[in-house]
Amino acid sequence: MRKTLALFALLSLAQTPLLASAGSTLVYCSEGSPEAFNPQLATSGTTFDASSRQIYNRLVEFEIGTTNIGPGLAERWSVSEDGKIYTFHLRKGVKFHTTKYFTPTRDFNADDVIFSFDRQRKKDHPYHSVGGAIYKYFDDMDMVNLITDLKKLDDYTVEFHLARPESPFIANMAMDFASILSAEYGDQLMKAGNPERIDLDPVGTGPFFFRRYEKDAFIRYRAHPQYWRGREKLENLVFAITVDPSVRYARLRTGECHVMAYPLPADIPAMKKDPALVVTSQPGLNVGYWALNVTKKPFDDVRVRRAMAHAINKAAIIEAVFLGTGQAAKNPIPPTIWSYNDAIQDYDYNPERARALLKEAGLDGGFQTDIWAMPVQRPYNPNARKMAEMIQADLKKVGIEAKVVSYEWGTYLQKSREGEHQTILLGWTGDNGDPDNFFGPLMSCAAAKTGNNRARWCDPEFDKLITEARMLSDKAARTRLYEKAQEVVHRELPWISVAHSIRYQPSRSSVKGLKIDPFGGIYFSGVTVE
Amino acid sequence: MLLHLFRRIGLVIPTFLGITVLAFFLIRLAPGDPILLLAGERGVSAERYEQLRIQFGFDRSLWVQYWDYLTSVLSGDLGVSVVSKTPVLTEFLNLFPATLELATVAIIFAVLIGLPAGVLAAVRRNSLFDYAVMGTSLVGYSMPIFWWALLLVLLFSVNLGWMPVAGRLDFMYDVEPVTGFMLVDTLLAGDGEAFRDALHHLVLPAIALGTIPLAVIARMTRSSMLEVLREDYVRTARAKGLSPMRVVFKHALRNALIPVVTVIGLQVSVLLTGAILTETIFSWPGIGKWLLESIYRRDYPAVQGGVLIVASIVIIVNTFVDILYAVINPRIRRR
Repeated sequence: MRKTLALFALLSLAQTPLLASAGSTLVYCSEGSPEAFNPQLATSGTTFDASSRQIYNRLVEFEIGTTNIGPGLAERWSVSEDGKIYTFHLRKGVKFHTTKYFTPTRDFNADDVIFSFDRQRKKDHPYHSVGGAIYKYFDDMDMVNLITDLKKLDDYTVEFHLARPESPFIANMAMDFASILSAEYGDQLMKAGNPERIDLDPVGTGPFFFRRYEKDAFIRYRAHPQYWRGREKLENLVFAITVDPSVRYARLRTGECHVMAYPLPADIPAMKKDPALVVTSQPGLNVGYWALNVTKKPFDDVRVRRAMAHAINKAAIIEAVFLGTGQAAKNPIPPTIWSYNDAIQDYDYNPERARALLKEAGLDGGFQTDIWAMPVQRPYNPNARKMAEMIQADLKKVGIEAKVVSYEWGTYLQKSREGEHQTILLGWTGDNGDPDNFFGPLMSCAAAKTGNNRARWCDPEFDKLITEARMLSDKAARTRLYEKAQEVVHRELPWISVAHSIRYQPSRSSVKGLKIDPFGGIYFSGVTVE
Repeated sequence: MLLHLFRRIGLVIPTFLGITVLAFFLIRLAPGDPILLLAGERGVSAERYEQLRIQFGFDRSLWVQYWDYLTSVLSGDLGVSVVSKTPVLTEFLNLFPATLELATVAIIFAVLIGLPAGVLAAVRRNSLFDYAVMGTSLVGYSMPIFWWALLLVLLFSVNLGWMPVAGRLDFMYDVEPVTGFMLVDTLLAGDGEAFRDALHHLVLPAIALGTIPLAVIARMTRSSMLEVLREDYVRTARAKGLSPMRVVFKHALRNALIPVVTVIGLQVSVLLTGAILTETIFSWPGIGKWLLESIYRRDYPAVQGGVLIVASIVIIVNTFVDILYAVINPRIRRR
């Protein structure tokens, strides 16, 4: 008896000291280490998941699980008549995180907004060159030229002055790079002489605050007690960094994690059968396409381009390449984006028709071409090599000899930007849920000049439609213009939209409230573990 | 002996220089421009590209870059990672304890099993046990670590549920990192449960990583033992009527161990390369995983620094083993 008691005492003694404090814990098996904890500097979704989506807020935010925009740190906003001034009215009483390394003395206000944008915008800002001065998304969205001035009217009102009317601006403000950092924390670090810590030891206003990061091992967060939307029910959040997808699945099965990132397509049927797991899915905000270089013969002839669309067996390609995780595309934008034109009828698989079109174009003897295949896996195309080979086989049936070409990824992007290809497989993942984010960078005349438009297609009718739509702020009017733009694309066919990937989100059935994010990210606000 | 020592250490310097050349140029020979990789599908304008090239110092000639690199390495500066913007040395030192802990446990596992198995196989030559050891070690030696590790996970973690799948410690425990060695840190925190959990997490990765060294050690011990057992002095010892145990352990094993020590020393490079795969499978936050990641991202400073340090460790250990070999085997140093 005494022995048992002693043993019991020993056990309870050993149990107590290190257990993380009470409250529920969720472990997320993430796919990699973040580059830093500042979304302004980041380029990868991995970093956004670990920073902006848990730690920070933005002036306006996507409603989790949708591409709709709602209020965030700004309670409301208005646009001037000419569409060039955006006024944001800020929320009062928002608290920044209190952490081991920072204790805020004031609430969130206009200074924080100015600080967060000026760092990215102004070359002479004391923080601009901290962390390498590369603000990729800010650059990509052309914010440097778009925002001409940023004015603080009072502590809770800010004005953004734009160089031109641009309606996607509000969607840009919901993107990760537009997260709001604490100006007070920035000043404090600058005085202490270690400004670079701002990107490594983050302070935000978001649902969780940062506690500890061990590279390649884990990230720990805890619920922000004074979160303005209300304290999260989930007390501890852990990202268990697990690079290998089979291992992530094994950890999910054994309960070492509650949610996992990026499952292997081959594992999905087994996951669906497992009663302990839940798998939700949604088409991703992306498109995989096959672009035809319209500046090169014979693809300058629209009949040839249409023949290509009839020649390939899209359904078979998607089945083989995506293994059930892809959905056939008929438009350049995915169906989750507003203004998607569902009335469009895709070109059917019809080799006879393809041959007839080629004959009409004077190419009944066939011709030789190339198909560039990406060397990397992307959500919009998990196996470009295989896709290229299947297209090659289909083209052979209509008398076209195609050669599959590939380069190392960086070279591939560069050479194709210079237009060396005849046909190329590539794709795009949306940033802000605005249709312009697909049409503008991928199909406009401006993009044909920079080379990002891999079809090198410049159509005055199409360009006029999307330019006009960009200037309007009325969503219904914009929708009509984009629907028309999709008709032009369908008719002129500079590229053949192949597929949108379907994103799967596996979790344990004890996890409630997890919404699948169309942008491909993950948010743990509102999630609980039973 | 002193001369031998100097000769060995003198060799280290040119080897080290050779490694700096390899580390610097190899990664640059691989296709892939770090700036273009960073830019991805969105691309980067020609003007911005030029700006970034200057910022990273890629605009200067390779030789100038190499000279800069060499001089800063000699003054102890390994540069700053392009991806994480932290000094390479800091990153390395943060991650190395995890690899060292894993490698140490793996080699202990390999020696504890490999040595006795080799000795026993030699003593019972051509017995069923001998064939079993030789056969198993051949299989172990030729097993791809990646596959072996996954197999262990599927069997012991997923199906039987005896072992954790990955990681170093259950997330229930929140241990302050002091030394970076989980076994030490949990002890410092005074938590026996956490220590046991850390040990538990080490079992499968140590087996996966230790299998090849185990096979090599077992085979080497066996063949070295067999050779020694044929020596005259062993026959003499037997003839004197000493007990078989005494002959094997006192007379034969001590001499047979000399080449085995060298082989164990050589396992350092096997352990460090094996760590790349093992760490990936077990989500072990060590330098193997870090190097692999840095190569994918063409993070030149990280790859250069990492390769240089790892290679230096291998050189130092090998030199040390060579010297040790001379100490325990007097025939070498007299040459």
